[in-house]
Amino acid sequence: MHTTTSAMTELAIHPGLVLMGGALLLPWLRGRLRAAAILLLPLLVLALVWQVADGAVWQLTFLEHTLTPLRGDKLSRLFALGQPSRLEVPAAFLYAGAAIGVALAGDLVSVFVFWELMAVGSTLVLWSHGGADAYRAARRYLMIHLLGGTLLFAGVTGHVTATGSVGFGPIALDSPAQWLILAGFLINAGAPPLSAWLPDAYPEASWSGTVFLSAFTTKAAVYVLIRSFAGVELLIWVGLFMVFYGIVYALLENDIRRILAYSIVSQVGFMIVGVGIGTEMAINGAAAHAFAHILYKALLLMSAGSVIYMTGRRKCSELGGLFHSMPVTTICGIVGALAISAFPLTSGFVSKAMISQSAADQHLQVVWMLLAAASAGTFLYAGIKFTWFVFFQTDSGLRPSDPPASMRWGMVLFSFLCIAVGVWAEPLYALLPYPVDFVPYTAAHVLTQLQLLLFSGLAFFVMLPFLKRTLTITLDADWLWRRLLPGIAMRFDRLGDAATGGLRDATHRVRVGLRAAIVRVQGPTSHFGRTWPIGSMALWMLVMLLGYLVLYYL
Amino acid sequence: MTGRSWLDEPRNVRLLWRGFIGALVLTVLAELAVALHPHFGIDSLFAFHAWFGFLACVAMIVAATGLALLLKRPDTYYDAGRDAGRDAHHDKRDD
Repeated sequence: MHTTTSAMTELAIHPGLVLMGGALLLPWLRGRLRAAAILLLPLLVLALVWQVADGAVWQLTFLEHTLTPLRGDKLSRLFALGQPSRLEVPAAFLYAGAAIGVALAGDLVSVFVFWELMAVGSTLVLWSHGGADAYRAARRYLMIHLLGGTLLFAGVTGHVTATGSVGFGPIALDSPAQWLILAGFLINAGAPPLSAWLPDAYPEASWSGTVFLSAFTTKAAVYVLIRSFAGVELLIWVGLFMVFYGIVYALLENDIRRILAYSIVSQVGFMIVGVGIGTEMAINGAAAHAFAHILYKALLLMSAGSVIYMTGRRKCSELGGLFHSMPVTTICGIVGALAISAFPLTSGFVSKAMISQSAADQHLQVVWMLLAAASAGTFLYAGIKFTWFVFFQTDSGLRPSDPPASMRWGMVLFSFLCIAVGVWAEPLYALLPYPVDFVPYTAAHVLTQLQLLLFSGLAFFVMLPFLKRTLTITLDADWLWRRLLPGIAMRFDRLGDAATGGLRDATHRVRVGLRAAIVRVQGPTSHFGRTWPIGSMALWMLVMLLGYLVLYYL
Repeated sequence: MTGRSWLDEPRNVRLLWRGFIGALVLTVLAELAVALHPHFGIDSLFAFHAWFGFLACVAMIVAATGLALLLKRPDTYYDAGRDAGRDAHHDKRDD
């Protein structure tokens, strides 16, 4: 491999690699130096991302393919921006660097390399939390992602062989290779049937680890889908399935962080619907929603994290009444809940509306109605269920105080951002890949959205008896690899044991039989082993000689 | 930390409920004053978003409850399975 730097511009430093290099240095730094590095690195990277010039910046020749690991444009810059401020472990740096690498990659091979680094980084984030459950969940998580990576690798290989190009652009679905690429991307997006990795693994990370995980993997998947599969109609239906799957499972879930994990699947579903619709408005909506999602989901996860941190409990059925003593967490949690439900004046309102609007513009009535129902459902589980059972009814008697200042300020900052983006959407719209021709705040839109959300609120209180919190989990697709397959493996194991046992018995019987036969034939009492009298020997010799004589004269 | 707050008073809760219902009625009545821009036939029906949102939520809760009958398990489901499985495995290996 020889490297040629063509198209040299002023900047030839890859922001993702800077972050990853920083990750490798961090364990050797101590004290104040380390704190400074943690704070400054992301800022430096952010500045670098901002300066990435449009077009190809790095090119290397590898196996006769021109790789473009660094390519910038508006879309990639927006996705690279989703950079939470609290970075604490090198693993997270590696992970974030890889996600930035995916966002800035200009060819399929670089996408694949950063894709795998992202899987490694995110697994390390999960492992860094420790604990046997986290370890096992991370192992399951890694397996699914390696499967996705394998599919992607097979797809990329096939695609490159067939087309002779590693270009990372719109891909037509005309052979199995392209379907494999799509499948690899969708697994990371949390699409069915393997979506269960997300609610299985994310709640096991530390509270800040979950914030990280929610920000990168699924967003990187949405990004690559926008890049390569915009306008594929199948994605509309995959997205809608994810939306309702997330809502229904979140309604049934008892663990607050799993509720939020299911809501990630649901919200990513909205984005994938946007990708599937594929018009400029829809792509803008998907990108804007991805950005808004990072903000409000980080906020919700931080408030849930604060509750878990202060109480040590994570089940709805053990919480309640916390508003008495955790006012800051309560208010920030409510802001996050309103934002995810797309309440007017929050970030969700200005982004989700673009996706619905694009469905209406394309005259997709069923899609539009389902999206409206899903918005209502989002308010139902995230907007009300989460806040109601954690902060209000029924009082658990717990009176923990608000979390330490750093966490409080983190929540306040993100609450501010959620509302700021909702009130003043122009900066966000300016970042979007296409020019925005959309006005979120019309009287009609605000009114219809309020009707939709307030009446879902009414439905929640009317149906409250059906939403009783129970100490249960709901089986998901991960049952397949946590129960069914191990069960089958165990069955095979037992079968194997039985088989070896049977074999041992059989050989034993054969051995015993053989020995008996030998003893019978060759033993001291056998025909051959017996001693014979000399007389009978002489008699048989005589008979033989006589026989010979008779034959001779014949 | 301070015992009861104003939200614990039944009187205030009733007040909140009245406010909520007032807001519901208001959003529906406001439709008379605001020109909506329906895209399809169905959303030009009166207060479409209100009853559609309500019914959609009810439908989702019913669907979830139905699914729960099939798929709910005690939350120690996987723990129990894991331990039992592992023990069985060990026993076999030991003898």
